[in-house]
Order: sequence, then structure tokens, then C-alpha cells
Amino acid sequence: MRRHRRPGFKASLPLVVTLAALLLGGCGLGKQSALSPAGPVAQAQLSMLWQSLAIMTVIFIVVLAVFVYSLIRFRARKTDTELPKQVHGSTALEIVWTIIPIIIIVALSISTVHYAFVLETPQTGKNAVQVQVIGHQFWWEFRYPGTGVVTANQVHIPVGKKVNFTLQSADVVHSFWVPRLGGKTDLIPGRTNTLWLEASKAGVYYGQCAQLCGAGHAYMKFTVLAQSPAAYTAWLHHMQTDTVSVTTPEEKAGLALFKQNCSTCHTIQGTPFHGNIGPNLTALATRPTIAAGTLPNTAQGLATWLKNPPAAKPGAKMPDLGLSQSQIQSLVAFLQTLK
Amino acid sequence: MAAITERVAIAHAQERNYRGIWAWLATVDHKKIGIMYIYAALFFMAFGGAEALLVRIQLWQPNNHLVSAETFNQLFTMHGVTMIFLVAMPILIGYINAIVPLQIGARDVAFPRMNALSLWLFVLGGIFLYTSWFMGGAPDAGWFNYVPLSGAHYSPGAGVDFYDIGLQITGIGTLMTAINFLVTILNMRAPGMRLLRMPMFTWSALITMLLILFAFPPITVNLILQMMDRLFHATFFNIPLGGNALLWQNLFWIFGHPEVYIVILPAFGIISEIIPTFSRKPLFGYESMALALSVIAFLSFMVWTHHMFADGLGPIVNSIFAITSMLIAVPTGIKIFNWLATLWGGQIRFTTANLYALAFIPLFVIGGISGVMLAMAPADLQYNDSYFVVAHFHYVLFGGTLMGALAGLYYWFPKIWGRLLNEKLGRLNFWLVFIGFNVTFFPMHILGLEGMPRRISTYAPGYGWTTPNQIATVGAFILLAGMLVLLYNLISTFMKQPDLVQDPWDARSLEWSIPSPTPEYNFAQIPLVEDRDAYWVAKREGSGELPKAEPVGPIHMPSPSLSPFFLAVTIVIAGYAALLHADWLALIALLAAFWQIGLQLVHEDHGYHVHPDVPTGGATE
Repeated sequence: MRRHRRPGFKASLPLVVTLAALLLGGCGLGKQSALSPAGPVAQAQLSMLWQSLAIMTVIFIVVLAVFVYSLIRFRARKTDTELPKQVHGSTALEIVWTIIPIIIIVALSISTVHYAFVLETPQTGKNAVQVQVIGHQFWWEFRYPGTGVVTANQVHIPVGKKVNFTLQSADVVHSFWVPRLGGKTDLIPGRTNTLWLEASKAGVYYGQCAQLCGAGHAYMKFTVLAQSPAAYTAWLHHMQTDTVSVTTPEEKAGLALFKQNCSTCHTIQGTPFHGNIGPNLTALATRPTIAAGTLPNTAQGLATWLKNPPAAKPGAKMPDLGLSQSQIQSLVAFLQTLK
Repeated sequence: MAAITERVAIAHAQERNYRGIWAWLATVDHKKIGIMYIYAALFFMAFGGAEALLVRIQLWQPNNHLVSAETFNQLFTMHGVTMIFLVAMPILIGYINAIVPLQIGARDVAFPRMNALSLWLFVLGGIFLYTSWFMGGAPDAGWFNYVPLSGAHYSPGAGVDFYDIGLQITGIGTLMTAINFLVTILNMRAPGMRLLRMPMFTWSALITMLLILFAFPPITVNLILQMMDRLFHATFFNIPLGGNALLWQNLFWIFGHPEVYIVILPAFGIISEIIPTFSRKPLFGYESMALALSVIAFLSFMVWTHHMFADGLGPIVNSIFAITSMLIAVPTGIKIFNWLATLWGGQIRFTTANLYALAFIPLFVIGGISGVMLAMAPADLQYNDSYFVVAHFHYVLFGGTLMGALAGLYYWFPKIWGRLLNEKLGRLNFWLVFIGFNVTFFPMHILGLEGMPRRISTYAPGYGWTTPNQIATVGAFILLAGMLVLLYNLISTFMKQPDLVQDPWDARSLEWSIPSPTPEYNFAQIPLVEDRDAYWVAKREGSGELPKAEPVGPIHMPSPSLSPFFLAVTIVIAGYAALLHADWLALIALLAAFWQIGLQLVHEDHGYHVHPDVPTGGATE
């Protein structure tokens, strides 16, 4: 009848090698990696990952060892003549493998509950920086309460301070996630959530929306710019006092075009433009990207965007304004003055 | 004998009123219904798999534009909806249909006609969902269809209407299946088949049906509320008008988490049949296995918020649900260790069925490990909605449910179809699927930890995501090759002569004590059950014949009927009419459906009698 064969252990060897290579080779620690924490929240979460993974790996190795040993040792042989011993169970053993998992769960529960309270308690104290985040299809609005400063898609925070983000949505559910600083929290219409994060080092941290929010979900990115407290304060001051100065004829033409085509939706500090549908464009030229991380903030990127926004970014709410090539050039020249 | 043959011919006359395809449309036989469930599930699996492959090709490289973002959202939504509602559940319900009545020594289910209605609601509901691709676009708000994205304002197309109405149609069928099998298992067991003598697969079916009974009402409420919103401008989920976004999420996951167990418990049951059979030992810790199933089912209703850890519900709620979620590891661990103990000291035969069953163990443990990690609420904030979650649930749903389903396919195929699948092709099939599965889904753990959110239609270069995505895509094609080998194995097996082997595996439960394929009346004489694994005991301690609980005699069979099929068609017409805002037609179709249900209530089926084929002088008349 059937040939009694070992179940291809040799065949599974390449698989094991592949998996190991994946584990080692895959962990390149990219710029949006939860495995390279840059603040206490992400650090705590990573420590929980290692704690649980270590315990679970031990369990997995035990299971795998028993499993593989059984498959080799107790495989059917041609010499089998009698039935194996018919064992129906063992109360003692069954109690053992009920109690051991319970002990492990108690251990994991302690850190879970501890960190739940540490990480999920809003930081409303005086020392914490308050930032209001409003999610839009498909971009991020950041407001600094009490300062009047509003920006989009790049949030500035001071290094070494707890930042308390209050999270709200203007339309559908979004999720605010900066893996190197910490885990995500959803922005739910009709609710106000909070999330606190802290950056230990100055730098740019990458984030993006983690909850499906429509066609542009993949294009709803943002950056966190962690600055020294002095630089942060200077930035806030700059944002409050920013003025627009256009000099060349092209920039002036761009300003006129902006007034005519863009000001219903966009605000620029220091101008009479106070539209509140699209992102606030104050100091736009200082941001690394436009359209929530979709395009580089260069003349080329701006031109691509202005030519046909929904073509550059699926689901973009900004319509194709039908601008001519020269109009686009003027607008780009104007937008690049917004420093 | 001639007289008997004649009587059988007369008895079958009614069945023969329906020929060819009509015989299938009119059947109320649980075995044929089971076969159709399995065929339909495999059919939908081809579509769900094709959607997955398109997703994987789209993610092959950064900034890929093979499909648009809008199409991508439809692809993964339909992939999820298909695999959960049109593949995983139906294939398992197919096995439950084909096998559970045999395992408990019954001749059919309690309500054969309702059983046919369940089948047709699933099949036609599934086709209804798929016609969305040709009628303005498939659902695109994800399989959990969060509001307000899925509301009329943000999803104005008909896609979400197909979701709301299609899942109601299939859901009615599933709920009736639950009622049907609860009554069948509790009331129609053969004499002596006590609850604690039932095979573990039947146990898993019983507990699964209880889960369906309690889990489907919340999703149905959700679907109805949203249908009211979308078709009739109600405001349950319209936030500016006082609707509540979390209402959907709570109701959905109160269904959604038990749903995970609805599709894994029967797989546990399958594994619990196969591992003892191919170890030639009884299932280790039978009572604790049955108890573990029940505890998992109970706990599954108190963990739903772990899908909502990132909703900002606060540390108290998250702590409580984190602990209840982790607790599920205890009964699950019991099951894993009991399977290992069943293997221990056995004589293990590596048939394809057993390879799949054995692979289930380490793969499900990996899914369990990531499951416990996900349950740690504060850490989950990093994993939630990332590819880590995608990896996790594919390890439990593919590594668990589908491995179990494929194990069951190879195991019960000779019983259901009277033919053994080719073992050589089976092994090739297994190794391709096993390797393809791991190559596809293991890198997704890393992608998630590297910060890749799920459901993004593309990504920029420079995140370190390209290589793992390419490995995953290669894996998906290895999987495809594995499934094509399965398809070839199925086709070539159907082309050959039936083997008609009654008990090819030297198995343990009652379904193996009767011929393959099983006659329409199942048991010529209902057996008397005196032990757990009664058939195994009869083979070891006697002639292999089970004692009988009744003399040979004519067997009463329910009449075939086309009415379940037509009722299902009527309900689907009402669905299309509602979706197309043809309100009058919808109303007429619904009234017609209720009229047909009323007819069924007053209709008295006298059935017909079959005289069983008893091999040696068993006939009493």
C-alpha cells in the first residue's frame, strides 16, 4: 500500500533557510520602522514586543521540538504489527499545560496593564506641548492651540518634551501613526482621541494614515520634524508673524492667480486669504513634500500637482483647475516665495 | 430480490422526476447539498485567489500603477469578503453537511428543505455580490466596512449596497444552517450516541453553530441599519446628524471576532479526526478538547474590542479586553498540546490529509504567537492595521482554516465522492502550498513592523518594503502553482473510475462504517452506539459491524423540491430591486417570498419510502 516515508524533512530545510534569511535580511530598519524607536513610547512598545516574542519563541521551540521528535520517532514502520498503546488522556499532563499558559498570561498582563495606563493617559499637564490633529481625506491638519498657528502634513515638535496630540476627523476614520515615535490612534468623526508621543532626538520621523480612508489612503503621509526647543519656539514665532512678499512680475502674477483660483479653499498667514477647505499653505516652501507626501516640494512637483491634482494623487479633492502652462509657472513661482 | 429492486425503482421514481441539473436544484439530500457547498466554495476561492494575486502583483514594486487605487480597494475588499463569507464558512459548512449526519448516525438533517434554502441563499447571494463588478463597482470599504467611509456620502456607488444586501442574503442562509444543525446534532443522534461520544468534528460543528446563532444577529442589525441609511436616508451612521461611528465598529466586531472562531473551530474538529486516525490512537484528552472548544466559543464573545484598541477607548477598557483576549491562548494551548500528545507514541502515517493536518499545528502556533502579541493592547498600537496583522490573520485563517479544509478534502474525498485523490499529486500539492504560504505571509510580519500599513494601494521606494513585498508576491505564485496541482488532482480523480473504498484510512467514526459514496438513506439500519470511536472499537473487538438499533425496513425520505431554490431566487430579485431603487418590485418580490414561506408552512410533505440495499440476507420482507 502506502509507502511509509519521512515527511520530507530534507525538503523543508530550504524553507527554514529562506525564513531565516528573511528574518535577518528583511530587518533593514527602514525610515518608518517600529523596530528603531526614537522616543520613550516606541521604546516601551518595542520592549513589550521583545518580551512577548521571547516567551512565545520559547513556547514555539518546545512545541516544534516535541512535534518534530514525534514525527520522526513515532512514524509508522513496516515492522509495526500491533496497535500502539491506546492512551486516552492524562489529567496531570492536561492540568500542567493549562496552568503554564495561565502563568505566562499573568506575566504578560502585568506589563500590558502597566503600559496601557502609562501610554494611554492623556498628557494635559503644563509641560506637555498640545497639538490638535485633524484628519482630512487625504491630508493632515495640525493646529497649535493658543498660538493661532496652523500647518499641514508636517508637524513640528520640540525634542525631549511630551507632545499631547488631540485627534479629530473632518470626514472618515483615519489613523495617526509615526512608528519610530510610537503606536497609532484613530481619528474618529464625532470623537476626540488623544495620543502622546515624545522624540528623544532631533530629526524627521515618517508617518502615515493607517486606517483605510478611501482612494487616497496610501497617499496620506506626513512627517514629524523634531527640533530643539529653541528652534521649535522660533518656528512658532515665524509662523505667527510670517508675511508674504512678492517681487518679480511672475510672482505677482502668481499671487493674482492664487487670489482668483485658490483663496476660497486655502489660507496663507499674512494675506487676506482665509479659505478653510484645503491645507493651510503658510510657509509652504519650508515643507519637504506637497500633497501629504505624494510629491517632492520642488518646482517640478508643484507643477505636476497644479496641472491635475486627482491625476497626481488618487481621490484628491482639489479639482483640476484647467490652468495653462504659464499660469502654472506663475503660481509655482508664487508658492515658492512662501517661506 | 427482484421484488425489492422493483420497490426501490418505484421509490426512486419521485427523485427521478427531476433529472440532470434539476435533480441538483431540487435535492434536499444533505450529502448533495454538502457537495454543492464545497464546489461553490472552491469556485469562489478561484475568484478570491485571483483578487489576492492582483493585489500581490500591484505591490510588487514601489509606485506601481497596474490597477488604480479605487480598483485596489475593491480588490482587497472583495478578497476578504469572498474568503470569509464565500469560501471559509461554506467549505466548512459543506463538510458539516456531508459528514456530521453520518458521524451521528442520522439519515438527514432535521430540516432538509431549509437546508437546501441555506445552500441556495449562499450560492445566489455570492453570485449577487460578484455581479457588483459589472454593476458600477464592487464594495471598496474593506471587509469590515467601517462607517462613515462606507456611508452614502463617501461611497456613493452601489458597491456597499451589494455588501449590505449580499451579506444579508447569505447571512439568512448561514443562520438557518445554525438552527438546522443545532437541532440535528442535539435531536437526531443514533441511540447511544451521547454528547460525550460524539466525534470531535461533530462537537466542533455543534459549538460553531451556537457561535453562528449568537454572532450573526449583530452583523445583521448592522447591515440593516446601514441599508436603511443608504437606501432610505436614515442617519444611524451619519455623524453630522447624530449618528455614531463606533456603533458600527462595536456591532461588527461583536460578530467579527466570533466569526474568526466560526471558521477555525470546524478546522480544529477536522484536525482532531485526522490526527488520531493517522496515529492509530484515540484523541488525547477528549473531554478537555470538547471543553476547550466550548471555552473558546464563550470567550470569543468577550474580546471584540481588541480589534478596536486604537480607537482610544482608554486604558481600562483596553486592559480588560487585552486580558480576556490573552486568555483564549489557554484553551487553544490545551488543544495544541493534546494533538501533540495524540501523536506521541503513535504510528504516524504521512498521507496528504495528515500532512495538511500536521502542518496546521506549527502554522497555527505561529498565528497564536502573533495573536498573543496583538492582544497586548499598548504594543498592539504598533501592530494594529499594519501588515503584521495581515500576517497574523493569514497564519490563522490560511495556515489554520484552509490547511484544515484541505486536510478534510483529502480525508473525506473518498467518502463523499467514492474516489481517492492521488497521493503523489497530493504531496506535491501540499509542499507547494506549505512553502508558498510561508513565503507569502511570513515576510508580512516584517513589513508590518517596518511600518507598512495594510490596505495601501502602493508605496514609495526608500522604506525597505520592496524586498519583502517581492518575496511575498513570489510566494503567492508558488501558492497558485500548488492550487493548480490540486485542481489537476481533482479533475484527474473525477475522470477515473470510482474506487468505492469504504474505509481507506482505517478510521474511527461512523461515516466510515457505511459504503462510499454513501447511499441516499445513509444507514440501511441505524447503528447502536456503545462507545466513543464506535466503528474503531467494532473493527478491533468484533466483525467491524456495528450493532443495529432497528430492523431492516422501508426508509422514509423527504421529497425533493424546487421551492427552496425558487424562494432563494425571489429573495435575490428583491435584493437587486432594492439596490436599483425599484422599490415596488422589491416590495412585490418580498411579498412573493413571504407567500412562498407561507406555502411551505402549510405544505405537508409525505415523502416517499426507499428500501435499503442490504448486502447479505438482511431484508425482512
